[in-house]
Amino acid sequence: MTLSAQEFLQIDFPALLAAVLACAACALVGNFLVLRRQGMMGDAVSHAVLPGIVAGFLIAGTRETMPMMVGALAAAALSGVLIEAVRRLGRLESGAAMGVVFTVMFAAGVVMIEQAAARGVDLDADCVLYGQLETILWLAPTGWGSLLDPAAWAAMPREVVTLAAVFVLCVALVVLFRKELTITTFDPALASTLGIPAGLFHYGVVLLVAATAIAAFEAVGSILVIAMLIAPPAAARLLTDRLGVQLVLSVALGVLAAVAGYGAAAFGPLLLGGEHSLSAAGMIAVASGLILALAALFGPTHGVLGRRRALGRLRGAGAVAAEGRSS
Amino acid sequence: MQYLWRTPGSHTLPEEASPIGPAPLSVRDLTVAYHRKPVLWNVDYTAPNGGLIAVVGPNGAGKSTLIKACLGLVPRVSGTVEVFGQPVAKQRRLIGYVPQRESVDWDFPVSALDVVAMGRYGKIGWFRPVSRAHKEAALHALERVGMADFARRQIGQLSGGQQQRVFLARALAQEAQLYFMDEPFAGVDAATERAVLQVLRDLDAAGRTVICVHHDLQTVAEYFDHVLLMNTRVVAHGPVARTLTPELLGRTYGGQPLPLPVRETAAP
Repeated sequence: MTLSAQEFLQIDFPALLAAVLACAACALVGNFLVLRRQGMMGDAVSHAVLPGIVAGFLIAGTRETMPMMVGALAAAALSGVLIEAVRRLGRLESGAAMGVVFTVMFAAGVVMIEQAAARGVDLDADCVLYGQLETILWLAPTGWGSLLDPAAWAAMPREVVTLAAVFVLCVALVVLFRKELTITTFDPALASTLGIPAGLFHYGVVLLVAATAIAAFEAVGSILVIAMLIAPPAAARLLTDRLGVQLVLSVALGVLAAVAGYGAAAFGPLLLGGEHSLSAAGMIAVASGLILALAALFGPTHGVLGRRRALGRLRGAGAVAAEGRSS
Repeated sequence: MQYLWRTPGSHTLPEEASPIGPAPLSVRDLTVAYHRKPVLWNVDYTAPNGGLIAVVGPNGAGKSTLIKACLGLVPRVSGTVEVFGQPVAKQRRLIGYVPQRESVDWDFPVSALDVVAMGRYGKIGWFRPVSRAHKEAALHALERVGMADFARRQIGQLSGGQQQRVFLARALAQEAQLYFMDEPFAGVDAATERAVLQVLRDLDAAGRTVICVHHDLQTVAEYFDHVLLMNTRVVAHGPVARTLTPELLGRTYGGQPLPLPVRETAAP
């Protein structure tokens, strides 16, 4: 079977672009969750936004993105405040506080969806979980030449445009506030004594994660968002000891997972003689997991094999030294 | 035996009003509570201008909390903190801070130089990258603690003592007038102890004021000029020779702390 350029550009290219942008944006902001040891926050925020999405939809009465986005951001902000409140008033560790808040809020969202469904409103929790990467179509291109045609680019699906905007926003904020994000993550107490509002940056990170997650949901679903917030940064951390390198590397690994996962899902079964393509979001999440596993095994200093080799060298050196003494 | 290495005259500085401008630190009626339990109770203290001051007391006496309250890191139930005559929030640039080593994640992917450069962030300000001049200042601070050779090393690969020296270098890079240090001598090797002590003496010689939480009673008199004895309340403060007496130490460490009334307005 051959794939025409037009078919690829209309069906696969926009979906791939959406996946790449979503993975890159999630991977970039995910670094600060992983470094703050708040990986669970991605899970919490991406579930806690559900009641906000439903409320936005019910209040506005349309499937427009804007009201749902606003509702989701409001819910994310509320969840951030609630988590902090539960942690302090309930005197719980932050993981437990997140667990309580996001399950309660997600449950509230599910109840709201059920109520809406009873009134004949069509809203599906599944599309939040799994996304609808396969439905993102770019109908403008007619061949490779369309890639150079601004009019064709202007017809790019809204999901892709939103994700591109969010990715640019994430990069801009991380570049602008690199110092402040670093110090408030590493040593919030020192940051406060220098006059840098560490608490504000905490909520800022939560909100940026929320905005990224919300933009990515529609395209790739919350499962992939959660995987992408954690796996590429965690893999990058195993490959370097420099923060700047880690940030760039995590984005590269996110892109790699998106391309490899999408390729495997869309074209793998065809190559193997199968009929149906696989879930792209699912395969991308699997690819990110594989990348993390490979980094954990083969990472130069932090990988299992690297540590083994270092131990072996130490033992070798010890044996040589012992021989030197005995002779 | 007490070894006083400062010039004898300096101990006659009056405690309250310094001849050279307002006191580096002036704490009035400071009360701090964690979950309704008072940790600091009506603390009044004025630090002398210049010199090394040890904050001494048993575990749970609120020594670290005093430092954090002075820095504005924990909410106060009542009281005021002034640094060189102004509220602490206005004087951040004059203050350097060395937190306890355990307070941060040493697995963080930054080098020793990166951490020391953080001490310059207050001078660099928003949106600007760490310039060459600031990196050089950070490197110079690392040299002063004997850690220049480790500038590029990821902080997790340093020993505990080396990590403590990195924290100290970061405070030096802040170029402050008043330093708060939370147990800079805790659990360090002999080389680090000497390095920390040398830095304290250099700061003192340069006219800076250093307030250290210190846990080793045996070295208080050797390392410090002044001492603040506390156990939730201030027990006594003043020059080491006059204050570090068995009687006052007994009152600081002996027996149970007094049961204290609880104010309902305790901050969370």
